[in-house]
Amino acid sequence: MADATAVPPMSPALLTTADGRPLKAALQAAQARARRRAFLLVAPLLLFVVLTFIVPIGQMLHRSVYHDGLSSNAPKIAAWFAATPAGTPPDEAAWAALAEDFKAMKANKTAGEAGTRVNYTLPETRSLFTKTARGADKLAPPWHEAFVAIDPKWDDLAVWQAMRGASTAYTTDFYLIATDRTRDAAGNVEQVAENQRIYLWLFGKTFFLSGMITVICLALAFPVAHLLATLPARKANLLMILVLLPFWTSLLVRTTSWMVLLQGQGVVNDLLVRGGLIGDESRLAMMYNQTGTIIVMTHVLLPFMILPLYSVMRVIPPSYARAARSLGATSWTTFRRIYLPQTLPGIGAGALLVFILAVGYYITPALVGGADGQLISNLIQFHMANSNWSLAAALAAMLLAGVLVLYWLYDRLIGIDNLKLG
Amino acid sequence: MKRLLILSTALSAGLAFAANADVTVMSWGGAYGAAQTEAHVKPWSEKTGNKAVMIDNENPATPIKAMVEAGNVTVDVASVEYADAIRLCDEGVLEPIDAAALPAGADGTAAADDFLPGAVTDCGVSTDIWANVFAYDSSKFTGEKPSKVADFFDLEKFPGKRGLKKGAKAVLELALMADGVAPADVYTVLGTPEGVDRAFAKLDTIKKDVVWWEAGAQAPQLLADGEVAMTTAYNGRIFAAAIEEGKPFEIVWDGQIYENEMYVVPKGAPNKDLAMDFIKYATSTEGLRAQAQNISYGPSRKSAMKEELLYKDGKTVMAPHLPTAPENMTNSLLTSSDFWVDKNSELNERFNAWLAAN
Repeated sequence: MADATAVPPMSPALLTTADGRPLKAALQAAQARARRRAFLLVAPLLLFVVLTFIVPIGQMLHRSVYHDGLSSNAPKIAAWFAATPAGTPPDEAAWAALAEDFKAMKANKTAGEAGTRVNYTLPETRSLFTKTARGADKLAPPWHEAFVAIDPKWDDLAVWQAMRGASTAYTTDFYLIATDRTRDAAGNVEQVAENQRIYLWLFGKTFFLSGMITVICLALAFPVAHLLATLPARKANLLMILVLLPFWTSLLVRTTSWMVLLQGQGVVNDLLVRGGLIGDESRLAMMYNQTGTIIVMTHVLLPFMILPLYSVMRVIPPSYARAARSLGATSWTTFRRIYLPQTLPGIGAGALLVFILAVGYYITPALVGGADGQLISNLIQFHMANSNWSLAAALAAMLLAGVLVLYWLYDRLIGIDNLKLG
Repeated sequence: MKRLLILSTALSAGLAFAANADVTVMSWGGAYGAAQTEAHVKPWSEKTGNKAVMIDNENPATPIKAMVEAGNVTVDVASVEYADAIRLCDEGVLEPIDAAALPAGADGTAAADDFLPGAVTDCGVSTDIWANVFAYDSSKFTGEKPSKVADFFDLEKFPGKRGLKKGAKAVLELALMADGVAPADVYTVLGTPEGVDRAFAKLDTIKKDVVWWEAGAQAPQLLADGEVAMTTAYNGRIFAAAIEEGKPFEIVWDGQIYENEMYVVPKGAPNKDLAMDFIKYATSTEGLRAQAQNISYGPSRKSAMKEELLYKDGKTVMAPHLPTAPENMTNSLLTSSDFWVDKNSELNERFNAWLAAN
């Protein structure tokens, strides 16, 4: 392939290939080709992951700080806000700019969109905007009086404060709402009224309940996984099917089956009453409350704990435990110092899986949660359905951040390379 | 970046419904979707020769914004709640409706006079009127039966658990009406902080005995299971359980809260003109009558009630089962969608905080 005369003279010590190229360069070229081929092989997956995972998450994070409903539809007043310091009361120039924006918004039918954005921080401003837009053609100087004639609410400084917050496309408003905070008329951040505070409390509760479900799952799954790993293959397979069968059943079917079992007039209560253990008047409340959420979610998530534990336990040689016992360790010591440490990768993987799934669950708490069993994801879903995507995104971003912090903690305490998923 | 996002969203949305039809209608599924299929989709197809299909969604209002933003609208007509029709119209993701193009009633009344107030908006036309009512199992009360909205909150006279929809909407109104507020004043009272406190104080009186439901099908199920003695529900669900399954359920119409359900066209619908033609047919006197023969929601045109309506079983007279029947409307409230579009988030935050506090 290469012309021999074109090859530069080389010292005899330099290794060359049969066609005279330096071995190092040939090797590098070959490796580059292999790398390109390998990259082409993973390219579809990479593209898939970027399109379906990284891009949507990026979009979600972006949405949580971005909403141009007011800034793009009412550019004049947005410019006035940008030119004046926070807390400036509206002057005649501001009213004139607002009137011009309203005339444009009426023509483009965008007053609802702009009002919706302001409404996120101050309720009832959406209807103020649509009402004002309806009368926008009649607006004439003096502007201030004209606006107040349409609705006296225009004199409320809180409206102007909310509009100021909405006047830039990039905003922290949604994170304020998501942390139960608001801005007062002067622009200072303060907590919302006590009977409106819900998000932080619900975040705490979501993490607490998820942790609790993880612990219960671990306590239930550990003996089962051990049994699966130590039984003879035939019996273990049968048991495995019992574990997997619910895993393959629809989530909704499993949730509703639990309703049938646990509700006030359900199978379990009926049996207890018939057995004389409890009176008909004092049936146990196991459904439509926090207890129901914990029971059903534990059941739904149990296989995610059993499977990683099983895969780890199966390969632990029984001879280690026997050796410990023959050297005089009690069965507790053997378990604590020999067996348990070897199952740690499985425990870590199972706990992480169950916890992360539990944090984002919403169907089960929605159906069986009742008054006190709902989680933060139920509110994220609520805001999605009402097209307040930015608030939903802010809440979801906070949830994601919480999970990442826990993941980091896990890495520091146990080490992520210790994880074994199967 | 933005193009990429749009592409990825469009890709997933497009794969979901690759329906090959002239008009794709999206509704709620269940008995409701079936009624619209029988009353509107099939007859319109036969009449015009265009292919129309019905697809189901848990809430048809939810995907519309995503579709329009992604520039990949796969649905021509959607059946959405009134407040959603207003909100989506505000957000500019719906096609405007030409009210003048709607056909006159069968008796010749012009459309503008024939439709009930509020049934035609900038972006939607009402397909029916449905109601939030409360219902009880008549076999559970041997003596006096509940008949007034206040009875729902009277645990002494009518002991037993209560089922309520988990959400502020329709629950706060019910509480105020039970507390003696006249329907005409409900939204004025609820617009003040004291009024909201008053509603929650009324709810406090039964809070310990409430089973909260989320999906429409849960309400009749809770009644059937004996989990609750009374529950709020969508009237059509109770009607279906009572007539189709012979359950001893009775509806209390006192204090009913009714609203229009709207047909809308998403902006950029692939077959916009055919979609408008479908809506004209579906909301004609004939279309509305046909729907009321399939499910107990009231037609939104006066002309549709001129002649007696029979249920599809051929013997049940529909009039007493419809929210729009005069005797059912003596103490009734039309949902204020303007109020709820404005205050939904605020009141639901309050509601959830109230739920969480024990």
